[in-house]
Amino acid sequence: MTTAVAALLVAVIYVLHQDFWFWREARPLVFGLLPIGLFYHVAYTLVTSLLLWTLVRMLWPAHLDTESSPSE
Amino acid sequence: MIPAAVVFIYLAVVLSIGIFAFRTRGRGADAEEFFLAGRSLGPAVFLLSLFGANMTAFSILGASGHAFANGIVTYGLMASSSALIIPLTLLVIGTRLWALGKQHGFMTPVQMFRDRWECGHIGTVIFAVQAVLLIPYIIIAVMGGGTTLRTVSNGLVPFWLGGAIVSLVVMGYVFLGGMRGTAWVNTVQTVLFLLFGAIAVTVVGVGIGGFGAAMEAMLAEPSTAPLLTRERISPWFFLSYMFIPLSSIAFPHISIFCLTARRLGHFRRTIVLYPIGILAIWLPSVFLGVVANRATDVPAIAAKLDARATLAAQAGTLPIEERDRLRARAAGDDVVLRLVEGYAPVWLAALLGAAVMAAVMASDSQILAMSTMFTEDVFTFYGGKRRFGEAVQVQTGRAFVVLLTIAAYTIAMQTPQSIFDVATQYAFAGYAALSPLLVAALFWKGSTRWGALASTAWAALAVLGVAVVQTVVPPPAAGAAVPILTVGAFDLIVRGPAGVMVLGFLPVVPMTIVSAILMIAVSKLTAAARPGETTLTRYFGHPGSAGQRRADVVRPAVIR
Repeated sequence: MTTAVAALLVAVIYVLHQDFWFWREARPLVFGLLPIGLFYHVAYTLVTSLLLWTLVRMLWPAHLDTESSPSE
Repeated sequence: MIPAAVVFIYLAVVLSIGIFAFRTRGRGADAEEFFLAGRSLGPAVFLLSLFGANMTAFSILGASGHAFANGIVTYGLMASSSALIIPLTLLVIGTRLWALGKQHGFMTPVQMFRDRWECGHIGTVIFAVQAVLLIPYIIIAVMGGGTTLRTVSNGLVPFWLGGAIVSLVVMGYVFLGGMRGTAWVNTVQTVLFLLFGAIAVTVVGVGIGGFGAAMEAMLAEPSTAPLLTRERISPWFFLSYMFIPLSSIAFPHISIFCLTARRLGHFRRTIVLYPIGILAIWLPSVFLGVVANRATDVPAIAAKLDARATLAAQAGTLPIEERDRLRARAAGDDVVLRLVEGYAPVWLAALLGAAVMAAVMASDSQILAMSTMFTEDVFTFYGGKRRFGEAVQVQTGRAFVVLLTIAAYTIAMQTPQSIFDVATQYAFAGYAALSPLLVAALFWKGSTRWGALASTAWAALAVLGVAVVQTVVPPPAAGAAVPILTVGAFDLIVRGPAGVMVLGFLPVVPMTIVSAILMIAVSKLTAAARPGETTLTRYFGHPGSAGQRRADVVRPAVIR
């Protein structure tokens, strides 16, 4: 269940990268200087960080820590 | 001359870091210490050096140069796509590589492939393809070094000498400090660039009369307004760039870097903060590249804009040589440096030059990775370590660093393409096509060595094909395309001004998809070649059920 939710979240964010809705517009200039298409991708970058924080909490492979200790 | 002097001081500092690493740990270091810093990097150094290893001349000079010519689309093409995919691959693949490395003693991806698929010579083929694909990435740094030193010295240091100086410095600290020295230098470099990116934006913003006014002026001008939208870029082209960041984890220097963390937990912060780092470095680079189109009071930039205008007006009638000359003049790889030079006080321009140099010199990790791969995947695998001992193994790695640097420099001096083109068309596309190998090895029991060989051969041939087409067929004028392969009335493959396109996509898309298909199809056809149960249990079995560990991977029992 957790993996399925994570996969869905990743898929949604992946698709949102293709933002055809701001393809031909420069305005509004956000903060007076960022064209909307650029601002969208800046915001997108911040959202990916949030997504990754969520994934790290949901799917952290803690079992690898115990598996990885070498037997001497 | 002040900027050049500061950059030279910076070069001396990074070289001394390599010497310091050599004195503290490097002298008499064993292979694991020299090549992987003893798998003991702490969280901050791991985060900053891994990030620094991915941020190269390409992301600073290439990104601003691309944005200068193509506008804001550059950020969406490479930055926001990387912000999602690179940390995701670190989470899914990087953590697993770290655990396998710790558990079995792997130092390179090929060691893992050989063990996972119970193969020998196929691993050597994978090594060879990885090595050939990594060379262009190293060349980018030589070119970036030459461009940067030429620019900050106002042409006093020629391109060839600048490239040579940067190559020698990088070679020096990699040779002496190994992975520890490289990681420390990368950490310093990343911090430096993060700090000075913000300063560059502020200084240029003031110098240009405010970014808001610059944007309004660009929107009012028909020739620059499209740079603030993506109307000149097709959605298929844009989508293609979502495949390119898959190359990151497949690059040996990144997968090898994953093995250097002391603890698995060090990945957590790296994964979450990675997009923030991308934002902090790429946004200034791209934004300044776009804004440079308004910096007509900076003579060097005005000359670039003139060359671009001439190309746009007369491209169809100009001889190819003249078109190439104008393209080279219009190229924006040094545009950030020109901006800073035009608007910042000399002392600040000097510090910013050093910061750009920091990013340019990120080829250290690639050079070290090549050395690690050669000594582990070839020298050790074919018996060198057994015959000559570990000390000779480390010396071999150091000798390889020297030879590789000389080779990369020689090629860089004869490669006229822009930094961005070299990177995307060769190394990035090739490694993206190799990414199915990692996924299959780590997550699909049914994969076989023959599937791996098919994917690898395809990646190599596809890169070769793209290179041949781009060399044989000269780039057409802007907006035009030369058909290469036509089916009926439909152009399947064309040569556009920026490179080869397949069905409107960059070659990286079919290369990656076909590679994955080959891995699946050939593995299914050769199911009999699946590794034995012992091997599969080591990779997919119950935690703790591992059979052989660490010592068993240096040389598999059977070489196929």
